[in-house]
Amino acid sequence: MSDIPAELKYAATHEWARLEEDGTVTVGISDHAQSALGDVVYIEAPEVGLTISAQEEAGVVESVKAASDIYAPIGGTVCAVNEALTDAPEIVNQDPYGDGWFFKLTPTDAVDLDDLLDAEAYAEVCDTED
Amino acid sequence: MPFIPHTQADIDEMLDEIGIDQLDALFDEIPAGLISDRLDNVPDGMSEMAMLQYMAQHAEQDQGYTCFLGGGSYDHHIPSAVWDLTARGEFMTAYTPYQAEASQGTLQLIYEYQSMMASLTGLDVSNASVYDGASGLAEAVLMAVRSNKKNKAGRVLIAQSVHPHYTQTTRNIVRNQNVDIAPIALSDNGLVDPAALDGLLDDTPPSAVIIQQPNFFGGLEAVDAITDWAHAQGALVIAVVNPMSLGVLKAPGQWGEQGADIAVGDGQPFGVPMASGGPSFGFICARSAFMRQLPGRIIGRTVDLEGRVGYALTLQAREQHIRRGKATSNICTNQGLLVTAGTIYMSLMGPQGIRETALDCHRKSNSLRQRLLAFDGVTDFFDGPTFHEFAVRLPVPASRILEPMMAQGILAGLNLADFVGPEQKHRSNGMLVAVTEKRTEAELDHYVEAFGQALKRATGVSA
Repeated sequence: MSDIPAELKYAATHEWARLEEDGTVTVGISDHAQSALGDVVYIEAPEVGLTISAQEEAGVVESVKAASDIYAPIGGTVCAVNEALTDAPEIVNQDPYGDGWFFKLTPTDAVDLDDLLDAEAYAEVCDTED
Repeated sequence: MPFIPHTQADIDEMLDEIGIDQLDALFDEIPAGLISDRLDNVPDGMSEMAMLQYMAQHAEQDQGYTCFLGGGSYDHHIPSAVWDLTARGEFMTAYTPYQAEASQGTLQLIYEYQSMMASLTGLDVSNASVYDGASGLAEAVLMAVRSNKKNKAGRVLIAQSVHPHYTQTTRNIVRNQNVDIAPIALSDNGLVDPAALDGLLDDTPPSAVIIQQPNFFGGLEAVDAITDWAHAQGALVIAVVNPMSLGVLKAPGQWGEQGADIAVGDGQPFGVPMASGGPSFGFICARSAFMRQLPGRIIGRTVDLEGRVGYALTLQAREQHIRRGKATSNICTNQGLLVTAGTIYMSLMGPQGIRETALDCHRKSNSLRQRLLAFDGVTDFFDGPTFHEFAVRLPVPASRILEPMMAQGILAGLNLADFVGPEQKHRSNGMLVAVTEKRTEAELDHYVEAFGQALKRATGVSA
């Protein structure tokens, strides 16, 4: 059973989103996702300044056995990218909800977070997949 | 692993096990309307004896000619050791030998090939090869368009002095992929004029600029100036090069201030027989920033659990079988056997041997060029230095020289009229001649003599 922090929101495509105090939203991939991927070797991150809509492709996470698209859980403009992952992609496996964050965006409308799944609903998605 | 065919008894046993009478029953799922029993064009099978006689007769048609043909495929010497080793069963008939646990020898060879090609082109990384130079250029174009984060519009500029077949192949392959290929016209000297490049700019900054060196006519382009111009526009530079020429010419990685970004070409000059046009291998090398955009297979060096050095396929997540529609290419193979020959050739020759061979080609080609220009009515197609091959303009259509020379056992050159040229004038009365290290003084003398006779008869004038 994977770790699914209660305070986060989730997309069915296995991204998590966290609303920060400054109004930005941090995005990463779930524990379930990192486990399924295996050892992460590379992240192709979106460019800072890029405006993306919800469910649009925002990058790629590559492991030894797969390369999966990352989708923006909500729409907004990318304002930061986790540079630490360039040299140490394995942080995603080690700390998917903390230091393993992928990018931050300034949301078009923070209320869009309500459209995402809560921890319980996401747990069900994971159960159906397994 | 040797090839062990099934006996009829094996087949019968297997059919019996799965409960069918005939092998054909395995294809029952194919709709009846699609099955063709009309193979009228396929002749009956031949016995081995008849087939060998048939092939020997046809092969005779290609014997006995001295070859001065170029245009991407050259008659270079292949040291005997190259195919003595390459024809070993472990290389020749191994089927897809890329499993790390079974094929360390093959994987190490390809790793060394990649290292040699990166070194030769002055770039950081190489893949395990592609089919040939022409399709390699198409892959490089797609790669450059994917990799260029600044200029994303997919507009690519290609010099008209790039081999016309390469340009045509590239157009065909990228046709439906939102890439716009625009030509860079040549000035009267048959080269790209760096000062005229600004005239090509429009609203769409180019993603890539493609230069061939030496170009299709053997001419030497101003690669430094063109590279710097391309980079100033935010475009990547794709260098199309003859690997043999890198024995004497500047490596693409050193072009201009920052060097070319991607280098491609055909490996045929290195240990691959001309073989009436194929097969061959294409190489593709790049700066490390573009490593993940390289198509095809890549071999990496690593250590196993016990710390021993080993080789394995790497960066596979970009490939067809994992990434499917979003893969870097639809290629899922390489030219393993020809790469083996090419790598053994490079090992035997080394940088010194390749340099000496290139210089020999250059010296002999220059010498023949001067001797032909001494004939009345024969002029350079283009002024300027050339490497290894050159184009001459004749006072008559080239066929009137090429045919009589062929009757004398000399394949004197390529008829430029057979290639789609940028303008009509590049097609008429032109011949492209290549001279390799194999051509002896006696062969060059015979060429000049036969050329003179053919010219005299065609023009009715004493040379």
